Amino acid sequence: MPDLTTIDRDVRQFLADNFILDNGGADLGADESLTQAGVLDSMGVLELIMFVEQRFGVSIPDEDTLPENLDSVARIVAYIGRRLAQGA
Amino acid sequence: MQPRYPRLLQDSLTISAAKHAEKTAVVTADERVTYAELHDRALRFAGLLQAVGVRRGDRVAIFLENSVDTVAGIYGALYAGAAFMVVNPQTKEDKLHYMLADSGAAAVLSEGRLARLVTGLMADLATVLPNLLALVLAGGGEPVSPTAGATARFAVHDLRTWTSTEVADPGTIPLDLAALVYTSGSTGNPKGVMLSHQNMVFAQGSLVEYLRLDASDRILDLLPLAFDYGLYQALMAVHLGATLVLERTFAFPAAIVKRVVEEGVTVFPGVPTVFATLLSLHRNSPIAMPSVRRYTNTAAHLPDEYVPGLLEMSPGALVYKMYGLTECKRVCYLEPELVLSKPSSVGKAIPGTETYLLGEDGHPVGPGVTGILHVRGPHVMLGYWNLPAETEHMLKPGKYPGERVLCTHDWFRKDEDGFLYFMGRSDDIIKSRGEKVSPVEVENALAAIPGVREAAVIGVPDELLGQAVRAFVVLDPGASYTEQAFKREALARLESFMVPRDVRFVDDLPKTATGKVRKKSLVEQG
Repeated sequence: MPDLTTIDRDVRQFLADNFILDNGGADLGADESLTQAGVLDSMGVLELIMFVEQRFGVSIPDEDTLPENLDSVARIVAYIGRRLAQGA
Repeated sequence: MQPRYPRLLQDSLTISAAKHAEKTAVVTADERVTYAELHDRALRFAGLLQAVGVRRGDRVAIFLENSVDTVAGIYGALYAGAAFMVVNPQTKEDKLHYMLADSGAAAVLSEGRLARLVTGLMADLATVLPNLLALVLAGGGEPVSPTAGATARFAVHDLRTWTSTEVADPGTIPLDLAALVYTSGSTGNPKGVMLSHQNMVFAQGSLVEYLRLDASDRILDLLPLAFDYGLYQALMAVHLGATLVLERTFAFPAAIVKRVVEEGVTVFPGVPTVFATLLSLHRNSPIAMPSVRRYTNTAAHLPDEYVPGLLEMSPGALVYKMYGLTECKRVCYLEPELVLSKPSSVGKAIPGTETYLLGEDGHPVGPGVTGILHVRGPHVMLGYWNLPAETEHMLKPGKYPGERVLCTHDWFRKDEDGFLYFMGRSDDIIKSRGEKVSPVEVENALAAIPGVREAAVIGVPDELLGQAVRAFVVLDPGASYTEQAFKREALARLESFMVPRDVRFVDDLPKTATGKVRKKSLVEQG
């Protein structure tokens, strides 16, 4: 099971590869809202969900697609970590 | 002075603030303001605008995410005597530059990341925008570095520190410009649709009449206020003294559903993509939004099979299918009672207006015959800002001398009962995710990507998006991109709804004898 550092690295890499980040994402704060920073829009969130499902084998039910689970790097990492720990 | 009836667009706020002072006007994730507070904030912005020198007829740009300040900014600009223009927060630098320069904006209301985009243009704007007087920072986000303004000739002000609500009567009359609403044009640059107070006061009244709304309604608005569909939700709410539940994005649909339930939303305006997403959530685990009494749809056809699902989520709700274009706000709507008996129709002209179809020879066509839809009514725009030729193309001589009617250039059919059916567009504008996408604008942006020799863009049918944008790209010898990397380059230059969903790299593009790209071959090749 990947540890949180690995998850964090992979998530940031995914965002840097697929979205527009100032300075390649180096300045992206862990708690910064990705939708409000203009990084993700509706389609972006769907891409993020697909990435998480494929990369980490975590299926994200619709009712979990909430900003508190997905709208910052820290929240995404914590969510994936939680789901993996539950053996999702 | 208290207006007796709304003659100017801002009169609606003046009246609602007097009648419903303590009632909630706007709710967002961060704020909840009453009509008295919204009115006060609009007046403070107006006072600040007048103090920096904004005068009657000037344009004021509002470059913000959906927020209370956006709504206050709209009315503040109007109280100051100016016309407002809301710029979509997704707008990238080049287009922002174009819109500010084209409109000759006298002031910009912005904040945080978006304000930094504006200050990034400052050196340039000082030359192309000699009229720009001030950048006003709204309530939130990080402050903009004061050094950013040092080289610019205009001032940076903070709306929060401006306390005076003194506003001088600018002398606006109903024929004056109230708004510029920018819409994608087939030439590649967006066009500013000029709407007078008279146009907009009429349109908001007509809309609330046929939607059967009143002051008890709670209207959800998750569309950007830069689009007229998003904008009018706010205008209707203020006009009625109703409550606007303002959201920024549909990115987290489950959060929107929660919000609808918590806030007791009664009106849910959307586009087919939004409803498709909701219905797919609903199929997985049933959604109940019993407070919703109206679903409204525009921008693209709402499939009939969506209606039962919407009624399951909100029993007894009325479902409105509508059609319109920014140039007159809205053309027609189908009475919700007929939604199942007149499938695929977009109904009849909105109250106080009429429509007719003309054949290519300019003569009226009868029932069942396809013709070009023309629209007559007080909602028809004044024209396009700075674009007399494009204006002529859309506004044609009408029934009486000097009158102008709107030629939509869209093909329609009427049945025996006068109900309208959309048949197709006569230009090559793509409608994706409910937004108009200009192929030329996308092609120009793609051609600017390093290593691209030429690019052509078409719309292809897509179940979820209505149409999806597909690009055919010829690269320079030696240049190479993965599709993902190429899309990323595109996203740096275009709003996300314009970014091609798929990209095909090809050796050359099919051309006509005169060297024009043969789009038809691309469509056939798929």
